[in-house]
Amino acid sequence: MKSNVVKRLLKYIGKHRRFVLGALLCAVFSNILMIAGPFIIGKGVDNIVGKGRVDFKQILNIVVIIIILYLVSAVFQWSLQVLTSKLANRTVEGLRNDVFTHVTQMPLEYYDRNAHGDIMARLTSDMEYISEGIFQSVTQFVTGIISIVGSLVFMFILNPFITLVVIVMTPITFFIASFITKRSSSLFKEQSRLNGELNGFVEEMVGNQKVVKAFNYEDRAREKFEEINGRLYKAGRWAQFYSSLVNPSTRLVNNITYVLLGLTGGIAAIAGRLSVGYISSFLTYSTYFSQPINNITSVTTQLQTAAASAQRVFAVLDSEPEKPEAQGLVEFTSSEGKVSFDRVDFSYNPETRLIKDFSLNVKPGTRIAIVGPTGAGKTTLVNLLMRFYEVDSGNIYIDDINSREMTKDSLRKSFGMVLQETWLFSGTIRENIAYGKPDATDEEIIAAAKSSNAHSFIKRLPAGYNTMVAEGGGNLSQGQRQLLTIARVMLIIPPMLILDEATSSVDTRTEIKIQNAFNKLMEGRTSFIIAHRLSTIREADLILVLNNGQIVEQGNHEQLLEKGGFYSKLYYSQYENED
Amino acid sequence: MFRLVKYLKPYIKQVTLGPAFKLLEAILELLIPLLMAKLIDNGVKANNSSYIYMMGGLMLLTAVIGAGSAFICQYYASIASQGFGTTMRNLLFKKIQSFSFNEIDKIGTPSLINRITSDVNQLQFAVAMLIRLVIRVPFLCIGGVVMAMIINVKLSLVLLIVMPLFAAFLYIVMSRSIPMYKSVQKKLDTLSTVIRENLSGARVVRAFARLDKERERFIKSNKEYADNSVRVGRISALLNPATTVIINLGVAAILWFGGYQVYEGSMSQGEIIAYINYVNMILSALIVLANLVITFTKAAASAARVNELLDLEPSISDPTEEQLKSIDQLTDLSGESNSTEKAEEPVIEFKNVSFSYDGSAENVLQDISFRIYKGQVTGIIGSTGAGKTTLISLIARFYDTTGGAVCINGTDVKKLKQNELRNKIGMVPQKSVLFSGTMEENLKWGKHDAAPDDMVKAAKVAQAYEFIEKKPEGFSTQIVQGGRNLSGGQKQRLAIARALIKKPEILILDDSSSALDYATDASLRRELKENLTDTTVIIVTQRVAAIRNAELIVVMDEGEIVGMGRNEELLESCAVYREIVNSQDESGVAPDEK
Repeated sequence: MKSNVVKRLLKYIGKHRRFVLGALLCAVFSNILMIAGPFIIGKGVDNIVGKGRVDFKQILNIVVIIIILYLVSAVFQWSLQVLTSKLANRTVEGLRNDVFTHVTQMPLEYYDRNAHGDIMARLTSDMEYISEGIFQSVTQFVTGIISIVGSLVFMFILNPFITLVVIVMTPITFFIASFITKRSSSLFKEQSRLNGELNGFVEEMVGNQKVVKAFNYEDRAREKFEEINGRLYKAGRWAQFYSSLVNPSTRLVNNITYVLLGLTGGIAAIAGRLSVGYISSFLTYSTYFSQPINNITSVTTQLQTAAASAQRVFAVLDSEPEKPEAQGLVEFTSSEGKVSFDRVDFSYNPETRLIKDFSLNVKPGTRIAIVGPTGAGKTTLVNLLMRFYEVDSGNIYIDDINSREMTKDSLRKSFGMVLQETWLFSGTIRENIAYGKPDATDEEIIAAAKSSNAHSFIKRLPAGYNTMVAEGGGNLSQGQRQLLTIARVMLIIPPMLILDEATSSVDTRTEIKIQNAFNKLMEGRTSFIIAHRLSTIREADLILVLNNGQIVEQGNHEQLLEKGGFYSKLYYSQYENED
Repeated sequence: MFRLVKYLKPYIKQVTLGPAFKLLEAILELLIPLLMAKLIDNGVKANNSSYIYMMGGLMLLTAVIGAGSAFICQYYASIASQGFGTTMRNLLFKKIQSFSFNEIDKIGTPSLINRITSDVNQLQFAVAMLIRLVIRVPFLCIGGVVMAMIINVKLSLVLLIVMPLFAAFLYIVMSRSIPMYKSVQKKLDTLSTVIRENLSGARVVRAFARLDKERERFIKSNKEYADNSVRVGRISALLNPATTVIINLGVAAILWFGGYQVYEGSMSQGEIIAYINYVNMILSALIVLANLVITFTKAAASAARVNELLDLEPSISDPTEEQLKSIDQLTDLSGESNSTEKAEEPVIEFKNVSFSYDGSAENVLQDISFRIYKGQVTGIIGSTGAGKTTLISLIARFYDTTGGAVCINGTDVKKLKQNELRNKIGMVPQKSVLFSGTMEENLKWGKHDAAPDDMVKAAKVAQAYEFIEKKPEGFSTQIVQGGRNLSGGQKQRLAIARALIKKPEILILDDSSSALDYATDASLRRELKENLTDTTVIIVTQRVAAIRNAELIVVMDEGEIVGMGRNEELLESCAVYREIVNSQDESGVAPDEK
């Protein structure tokens, strides 16, 4: 599973091969030059033997070489980092685009089922971890390995015997690091789990402060917060402690190596097998050697996090999207408005069948009202009509064309839809109204706002039509937001109309005005209206009374009242007197 | 940032001992190259192998003690930093709890959450770094310089030139990258907004066939974010290579000038080696220092955000003793003048109340006065934006009035303790908010020691019992965050039950049956009527049917009361009410046919 994740990630990285190649080249060059540095400095030191025994000509040469060498190396090092940062950012950019596109191709069920915060996290913070992981693995891991191998080679050239000391000590470092990392990883998991729990709790309590206050829940909330926070403290403290042991431990091993090098080097020098300058170089190499090991051990946690994040991200890509649309589908442009359901079955989950054997023929220009108790399947019918969900069996025809044989976009464009949820995006009021028709003129927008009764309140806003809608639309009341979503539909003048509790947040007086506008708009057009308010639907040509996914009654208002069935019961309950 | 230091006080031991041990480690670390130089000069050059062993042993001991000190320091650092973080989180949570809606509206929930989580994490990290590095790094730098100076003062001139060079460079990089870093964060915010909107608006985006446009919007925003990250990366990538170059320029200079010193005999070869080692040590310390500066810059930004919360005084707070007295005197005076009416005191009274939201010039409520008596059912009706929800928010004192007063049982709400006030009130908000946990836990919000019978009773009245019972786990059914596994109507009924279980003196229903079908709504109202004879009920609604029989109906329009009375009176006297009734009941046949 893990190797699979790495492989898939490599595919994305592979798209930016030139950055990888460039980075690797820069890594090799800059490291070779960096490693050569101490060798040359050591040579310089060897030319400074003692009083009166200094070869200035040689030193000058070496000084010039050192300056050039480090300058060139620095250029490579900088390029390495820039290329890696490009690699990491561009890779993640591509991955993020793919994941987002994939998410937009998911059936609506996916949005209903998954926590939005979780999907958000996968597209943002998980991506950050991956980007950081790529950056670290190239700059630390790859260059680390190059400089480890490089300094080993140089040391070997200097003295193979002493190099053995270093080679023996190295695995100890890795052993210690992996031992501690393994020990602390469960603590880290616990810590991040508790962090999630705490975040979730704060989000709930702060986000719903009104209820918390109304129920005097502050103290109990605080107690619970402190309890979670206390657990977080314990886990966090030990996780931090154990993981912070890695660095001093490896440093200890490095220091021991350093001392052993001095010892063996010193002995070797006494035996005349090594010059003092070489001991100096050797010592520097041992730090060059241990530094990347230190760095690698300190980024392992980051790489683990990155791998875990990549796994979460790829899990999104693995979820089954809606089937891509076949070629040669009809670009539907509705002219009539004839809609029919033919023996439609549908269920959200296999155990409970919601819509059973549903058939309905709607003549062009009919106004259909769908009523029924909560959970009767009213909204589901709309979901099927718009193909937010696909029918399990049966067919839906529009103008005698099977809706499955037309492109979804063209199908959906033939309906204007106003939902109960008043979704606005962060932008100006103007942009929000023009959502379905971005090239609308100001006159069209104002006309739409006027017919939806939104113009008068927009006019009173500080910046009128250019007022920014805050994220989530916090600066507008629920009713005002609904008026904007209605204006949005008024603007596009769709061939057919779906109103799903479209005026539930609007008071009835305003509703009547809007209704009149809708009536004008809908003259001769097919429309579906879902509402709890029976007054809204009294004027419909056809009322469908739904219960448990089936039509239990249909007819117009008078017919249904006369029938004295389910509908009339619903209707009278509205006016029922309590006394 | 420094103002937060006082919260480190409980960890004074860890905060002082930690760096002390780290300092010890640093000192020991500095000793090692010095010992090495001795080993080379006195051991290797004098061919004295026993001296080499002795020095070797000494160095080993130094290394082990150094590591031990580091462990102790890390131990203290973990206690102090995590403890500090925990304290800050508790403190902020408590503070946020005390805020009224004015403050919460002003800062915004997502920002509050970010501050209590990621900003505190930044600070926590900074404390850990502070303990670990703040003494060690400058010490290594200064120590390295001092040790180098001890070896040779003249040569140290090189360092004194190199260090400011480094500082200047660090400053240039920081001053350019910090604003860029901020803009990267802003781009990330934009990107998150696009994602969030596409998740919440999935239906609308599809209904308007705008998927392609949304994808374009995302890709553009994604690219801007990546571009900005790459740009800031280009600048910050300068830091390490440049530091290396600057230091090694120093090394080259040391070779050259050191050569002269050795030539003159004022310095030995071993000393040159030690000198170069110190310089390398300074180099690595400086690189850490650069990273440390970045950490603290970020922490300073977070500290500012945290401090802003801590400084913010809640605009609504419980009255102090003195205030209580002064208010007492005021109400006593007014009480005397009205003593004749004392016989029947209204449960709720609005006296010339006006209200405007913070920072808004326009009054949302204007000159509102009415009285509600015990056991009465009062309906508040009016068009969208008429100020109905704002009005009831004033009863529970979610906001303070800007003019006039709201009195409960004759006492100004400002004079009551918020806890006491809200204990009297059962509130069912417009948006039915439930919390993750079981249904039982949610119901117990109203009364934490509610007996099973109480729960069943409340659930029955709220028309919730039937569907709860149908669930396989009954009252123990888990509710996921936000109540996504329940329908809108079910959530509303649970929210009503939660308020009922409290057995409040005053029950406020804020349009809280909008998601119920009429039949359920009607049974709910009947049950409420039968079971809550002593309770004063306020129903905010847009349905005339819901309040037709109320003892008092308050009709609101654009923040003012335009009519008050019973249904029949209002039908005659109030045009707005008539309009509302007509809009819902044009034919007028229904009541007659009953």
